[in-house]
Amino acid sequence: MSEDKITIEVDGQTFSANKGQMLIEVTDANDIYVPRFCYHNKLTIAANCRMCLVEVEKAPKALPACATPVMEGMKVKTKSKAAIAAQKAVMEFLLINHPLDCPICDQGGECELQDLAMGYGQDVSRYQERKRVVKDKNIGPLIQTDLTRCIHCTRCVRFGEEIAGLREMGATGRGENTQIGTYIEKSVTSEMSGNVIDLCPVGALTSKPFRYSARTWELVQKEAVAPHDSVGSNIHVHVKANKVKRVVPAINESINEVWLSDRDRFSYEAVNSEDRLNKPMVKDNGTWHEVDWETALEVVSNSLQVLIDSNDTEQIGAIASASSTLEELYLLQKYIRAIGSNNIDSRLKQSDFSDQDDAPAFPYLGQSIAEFDNLQATLLIGSNVRKEQPIINHRLRKAVLHGATVSVLNSVDYDFNFPVKAKTIVAPDMIPLELASILKAVIEISNRDVDTQIKQSIDKATADENHKAIAAQLLDADDAIVLLGNIASSHPQFSLLRSLAGLIAELSNSKLGYLSENANTSGAWLAGAVPHRLTGCKQTDAGMNTQEMLKARLKAYILMGVEPELDCYDSRIAREAMKNADFVVSLTAFRSDEMNEYADVLLPISVFTETSGTYINNEGTKQSFAGAVTPLAEARPAWKVLRVLGNYFELEGFDYQSSTDVLDEAMKQIGSIEGDNSSSWKLSGSINNSSNGLQRITETPMNMIDSISRRADSLQKTSDVSDGAIHINSALAEKNKLANDDSAKVEQDDNSVTLKVIIDERVADDCVLIQSAHPEQINLGASFGEIRIAKS
Amino acid sequence: MTESTQVLTEHTRSEIEEWLKKYPEDRKQSAVLAALRAAQHQNDGYLTTELMDAVATYLDMPRIAVYEVASFYSMFETEPVGRHSISVCTNISCMLMGSDTIVEHLEKKLGIKTGESTKDGKFFIKVEEECLAACCGGPMMMIDHKYYENLTPEKVDEILDELE
Repeated sequence: MSEDKITIEVDGQTFSANKGQMLIEVTDANDIYVPRFCYHNKLTIAANCRMCLVEVEKAPKALPACATPVMEGMKVKTKSKAAIAAQKAVMEFLLINHPLDCPICDQGGECELQDLAMGYGQDVSRYQERKRVVKDKNIGPLIQTDLTRCIHCTRCVRFGEEIAGLREMGATGRGENTQIGTYIEKSVTSEMSGNVIDLCPVGALTSKPFRYSARTWELVQKEAVAPHDSVGSNIHVHVKANKVKRVVPAINESINEVWLSDRDRFSYEAVNSEDRLNKPMVKDNGTWHEVDWETALEVVSNSLQVLIDSNDTEQIGAIASASSTLEELYLLQKYIRAIGSNNIDSRLKQSDFSDQDDAPAFPYLGQSIAEFDNLQATLLIGSNVRKEQPIINHRLRKAVLHGATVSVLNSVDYDFNFPVKAKTIVAPDMIPLELASILKAVIEISNRDVDTQIKQSIDKATADENHKAIAAQLLDADDAIVLLGNIASSHPQFSLLRSLAGLIAELSNSKLGYLSENANTSGAWLAGAVPHRLTGCKQTDAGMNTQEMLKARLKAYILMGVEPELDCYDSRIAREAMKNADFVVSLTAFRSDEMNEYADVLLPISVFTETSGTYINNEGTKQSFAGAVTPLAEARPAWKVLRVLGNYFELEGFDYQSSTDVLDEAMKQIGSIEGDNSSSWKLSGSINNSSNGLQRITETPMNMIDSISRRADSLQKTSDVSDGAIHINSALAEKNKLANDDSAKVEQDDNSVTLKVIIDERVADDCVLIQSAHPEQINLGASFGEIRIAKS
Repeated sequence: MTESTQVLTEHTRSEIEEWLKKYPEDRKQSAVLAALRAAQHQNDGYLTTELMDAVATYLDMPRIAVYEVASFYSMFETEPVGRHSISVCTNISCMLMGSDTIVEHLEKKLGIKTGESTKDGKFFIKVEEECLAACCGGPMMMIDHKYYENLTPEKVDEILDELE
């Protein structure tokens, strides 16, 4: 290493640097400030703004620090007369065309140009000519353009190409007429597009939802954790007058680096949504009344007490969203178990629970998020990772750009923003056979000895060239992973997929990872918000899982952060169970017409910005946060509601003073969090040889994942929402004489609805893709299985 | 998406193929200038978004990257223009030889200003920014791909009359 080190002198101080580093990296590392606009440590070097000019001894002119490699003995002056004169001259050029609209610019107060103009700008402009004006373009619901302010640093363009993997913006025209934009009128579609707002050093690209709603210096910054995927991106919530005004990423190199997905960035709009439930409400003879908390909780305890008294606690089921905090999930399971029921679950979209006793302590990612950067091979099963866990996808993309291979087994040919090595698109019920074939290839190539029972189970499978190529990729790599995505985990044969994937991983010396769905899926498992395990993975007599609870049509349901008809595997059964129940209490931040119909008591709870709590992400990192604002109106953090509910039932151990008390108690039982997905794999369930008729596939679009994202207005204007249509490929459309925009009669079991047809070549043959959480399709039912379509 | 390349004529596509032969297989975008030129030619002198998209698809490039190239180079027109593109050189040598008179004559004859097209869509007087490198024959103009040198207003009339 030592021969790679050199010594340079900056402003009279001596620093050691690596050969090949750029000067600005050395000055940044040593806290010597060099002004810049176009340089960004996560992007390639453009060296087009020239703001970072510094004086280098023996160089005839000032050099850009961002594009000047360090050399042994180099003497640099960043604040000499010549350096400052060069920087001031650049600033004067940049300001020639920049409008003087800082007072009405959202970037004002956090603008790099404004700051540097203070330091390097002249008081008076020598420029008398007209400034250039650029017409604004509408590039979608999230990003506001004011391109007259653009200084052409091209950070946004480089972001598109290098990070988002989707080049949507560019610099068109030339010279003075150069414009940054999309050229044609179009919305940018990247799931990470909002990051250009942070990258833009001026007010050319700003947040559309935040526009004109506050000045940046009025905002107070609070730390929090993003609640919409299992990554747990770190965020800063910006608050003014107890109102959440916007969310921006907080830097955490080991999780989200400096990035944030659009869903995590813009979902805060729902926090101030009109749907928010302000007060506890009780339904009396079909009419809703606003009541105080005491009355509401009394109704809850009285209604549930009836079932307790008649020894009917098995008739109470608790269904919680895995986006709830660890404290909330812990208390809910403690409460439901204290009143004598093990019916608690947070696995809403899962349908196959047959191997739950063999499941790991929590669905572990298989490695740390940062380790994705070093991967060499990945097999992705049933996942649209780009929309489901955008940050994981970003890491995966980085690995691919460094030479890693990704193979994909899906039922929909999702668009990845990196090259995919091998791709298999089959109907959901054929995924096990494909996996078995890959397993067979792994066994053949590796020559590993396996159990005869396993050999027999995969007898029907034949490994073709494609399977062998995937197997070889995993076997050849020193660092490989097999990942199960959200579509895999809601597959009707999830346990079979899991075992096959586990065996493939084990025999190819790869890791096995779960791309779990929600912010606190890991926390839900560890807290014991599953029917078969207590806190800290201790076995118990299994209560009912979500599917069983809904199918059993229990007498009473306790819901926490859930809209069952939108969030569950079988929307129809979920709705029927709710409507049929004698008593439904919903701890919810939002109201909906459906809820009004089936619920009996609505308890307003806080959203992620209003409560203290903890999330455990998919790599097992525990992240606690404090509330950024006080809860809206009479809403209360769910942990407080559950504590008081415990008190109403005179249950022991419900006397917490703070959420930290709850966390401490839970963590004492959980102990240290260590991910381990290994298992003694058994193959249960049959591997289909041929597909069973027309198959339904259900995906949850990125911005339909939970009750918060569904109410974020701007996110709902993007294309990542449910369209309430059936997506079929043209072969299937032809077979059924259907065309784009036709209405089709869609039948599942004995239920039918009429849905619009969209021809979508990404969908596997003989499959019908339906997007979940759309009101039109609730009556259909299960997310997977046989389905029939006909022209209506 | 492959249908979108159908807007390129057989001839344009075969021309692009010829150019692609000159570059390594993974450097298809090297042919973008030639491809845009061919596409512009098939469309009577200007590019449409559909044509640019088709070129992007054909060369595996992001669409915006093609827009960037097309909007950068002055020989590409991205708005509808007349089918004969007239560029009168107005750089120093031609100016000294009287190019101003030629421009004035052209504008008067066609009834349009520089940068405009005639109503019948026949002529377009381009704003020529650079020297066309025919100083010894100034004043000169380029119509489509052809150079006309030592111009006089009468000669200009003759040349224009001969065009279809």
